Amino acid sequence: MRFGFDERQLAFRHQLRALTDKTCTAADQREAWASELGWSRARWAALAEMGVVGLTVPEAYAGLGLGLVDLVLLLEEAGRSGLPEPLLETTALAVPLLGDVAGGRAEELRRAWLPRVAAGDAVMTVGTGASPLVAGAAGADLLLLERGGELHAVEAPSTVRVARVALDGASRPAEVSWQPSPASRLVAGEEALGVLAALADRAAMSTGAVLVGVADRLITMTADYALDRVQFGRPIGSFQAVKHHLADALIRLEFARPAVYRAAWSLDTGDPGAGRHASMAKALAADAATGAARMALQVHGAIGYTWEHDLHLWMKRAWSLAAAWGDAGAHRARVLEQMLADPTG
Amino acid sequence: MDLLFTAAQDEFRAEVRGWLEANVPSAAPGTGPLPSLDTAVGFEAHRVWERTMYDARWSVVSWPEEFGGRGVGLMEWLIFEEEYYRAGAPTRVSQNGIFLLAPTLFEFGTAEQQARFLPAMASGETIWCQGWSEPDAGSDLAGIRSRAERRPPTGGRGPGWVLNGQKTWCSRGAFADWLFGLFRTDPEAQKHRGLTYFLVPMDAPGVTVRPIGQLDGETGFAEVFFEDVVVPEEQVLGGVDQGWSVAMATAGSERGLSLRSPARYTEAARRLVSLYRDRAGRDPVAAGRVADEVARAVIDAEAYKLHTYWTASRVLDGETVGAEASMNKVFWSETDLAIHTAALALLGEEAGLLGDDGRPGPWLDGFLFALAGPIYAGTNEIQRNVVAERVLGLPRA
Repeated sequence: MRFGFDERQLAFRHQLRALTDKTCTAADQREAWASELGWSRARWAALAEMGVVGLTVPEAYAGLGLGLVDLVLLLEEAGRSGLPEPLLETTALAVPLLGDVAGGRAEELRRAWLPRVAAGDAVMTVGTGASPLVAGAAGADLLLLERGGELHAVEAPSTVRVARVALDGASRPAEVSWQPSPASRLVAGEEALGVLAALADRAAMSTGAVLVGVADRLITMTADYALDRVQFGRPIGSFQAVKHHLADALIRLEFARPAVYRAAWSLDTGDPGAGRHASMAKALAADAATGAARMALQVHGAIGYTWEHDLHLWMKRAWSLAAAWGDAGAHRARVLEQMLADPTG
Repeated sequence: MDLLFTAAQDEFRAEVRGWLEANVPSAAPGTGPLPSLDTAVGFEAHRVWERTMYDARWSVVSWPEEFGGRGVGLMEWLIFEEEYYRAGAPTRVSQNGIFLLAPTLFEFGTAEQQARFLPAMASGETIWCQGWSEPDAGSDLAGIRSRAERRPPTGGRGPGWVLNGQKTWCSRGAFADWLFGLFRTDPEAQKHRGLTYFLVPMDAPGVTVRPIGQLDGETGFAEVFFEDVVVPEEQVLGGVDQGWSVAMATAGSERGLSLRSPARYTEAARRLVSLYRDRAGRDPVAAGRVADEVARAVIDAEAYKLHTYWTASRVLDGETVGAEASMNKVFWSETDLAIHTAALALLGEEAGLLGDDGRPGPWLDGFLFALAGPIYAGTNEIQRNVVAERVLGLPRA
């Protein structure tokens, strides 16, 4: 038992942080939010260069061939920096999903697409029947889409994508119309259910990881503000009412963090409890992030309610990711259901 | 990252489980395995259980062998605790001693003090209570007024101290054998300076114990009065006037890893799921109204366990855990309350009924106990201040 990251994993996070500190400032995010694509191809290329984009792509296809435990700190960093690029959709979800599918058609797609993904030249996303909206669809070149319990692979030109505008400018959902065909079908039946269930678990853990980073940033920003802002002749951070708001948010975050890391490990190792662990992670991380957003706004006061202040960039990320791939309540219900079904639990 | 236990740890777990299964007193349905330790009879029954564990070297597994332990590591201690709670074994009547005083004795005690106090603590021969709070020093602990004055050697007795004052809210104080507490040795010094940590036998002349009835009607804690109580020099723990830093080491233990092992909550959460299953079978609509509350409590118990293993790994990697202990304290105390509140909600109006013996059943009893959690060991408000100031760097008021 050793519950921690190794030097290499920590160094990778450090490296990504150095990149985002320089190229993903709040001003950079605002620029991305205002752009048509919603993110920056130059930054995506830099992420690919660093190996982040192709982290889950097998080495045979020019990726790093690493797992979710290696990815989880980078997803957290994406949340902390407000990174608008489709790292979650491509690297955490679509690539492992395609990797789960057996058969010649999937192998052809892997051969054709994964080296391009790792190089930063192609972007993927996923969509399920649970939602009519597909996140990150606008910039995606290859879409893995579920319909009627089957999983299909559809190239962008074969789809009609109607963008919907979201409050969170980094989430670019679209309604995707497309025609399933035998040629697009990757997998059906029992096997499809299996890979889709694995996708949902990975999505719960991965959105949880990004939310941990978002919560971390919200708390840090707010603590800095509370040190700086003076009222009644002293920093507002010296008042207990403010301290307790911040302390509670930090406690929720610090107890969500290990649950997210454990879920990543369970998914990587095929632990039988992985689904439950992923749901616990999402429930804890979503509450930590939305709670941190609520606290952050209250402590900032009116300035936090403005467009000019950067706080809203992270608050909006917290809200949209908390709702994505099942909200906290849905995941809690799933945890309880699974525990009730297990007579030893 | 590797979240599997080693083969040796699995073996250790099997050994613990085997011994506990064979030795834990069996419980009557709906009651604990022994009479309440807040009664004179129950207290002695729990003392006997401590002795049984000690004889098989299970009472203090993480201590060095010379003091009655097995010298096992932090992970093994957590495994032991998981098995202890899983087995439904009795509450540790010696917990103030083995979890709060012992770490301080290991850090600050002389070799003589360690040899004198640790084995007797491990065997249950000496049960300790804590003398920190006073009527006017609760959350503001540095406001302690009970004092100790130097006493010159007289009549063949060495130099020592004379204690006067009053301590209160001493858990197990009604029946304990010894007390560890803070007394003011320098009346000129400000607040937390000038305090000294003393070890005092409860049967010393001048010590008067007045039990306090608790919420449940029993005498779990007590007031202790000191009137010219003579204590020899060798019952000072750590340096004279150094009591605050010595005591803070104990506070770290109380709030942190050692007193509230996660197994306590994961085991209660497991029973909560089982209660939910039972209630949902009878009235799914009523149970369904509590479902989210149950799930929250269960997930928080698991989060506490994971956080503990996360922290234990950091400690084993050589990091020190400081003010984070305050986060633990807030989280476990609120989780404990959440688990028991959910259970009472499932039980509905039956929840408030007492048994034929006039005692609360396990859920109500657990709820009453959990209510104290956010208050003792430093109120959660004080802990939040510590988190905000020492972890987030916010200014002191």
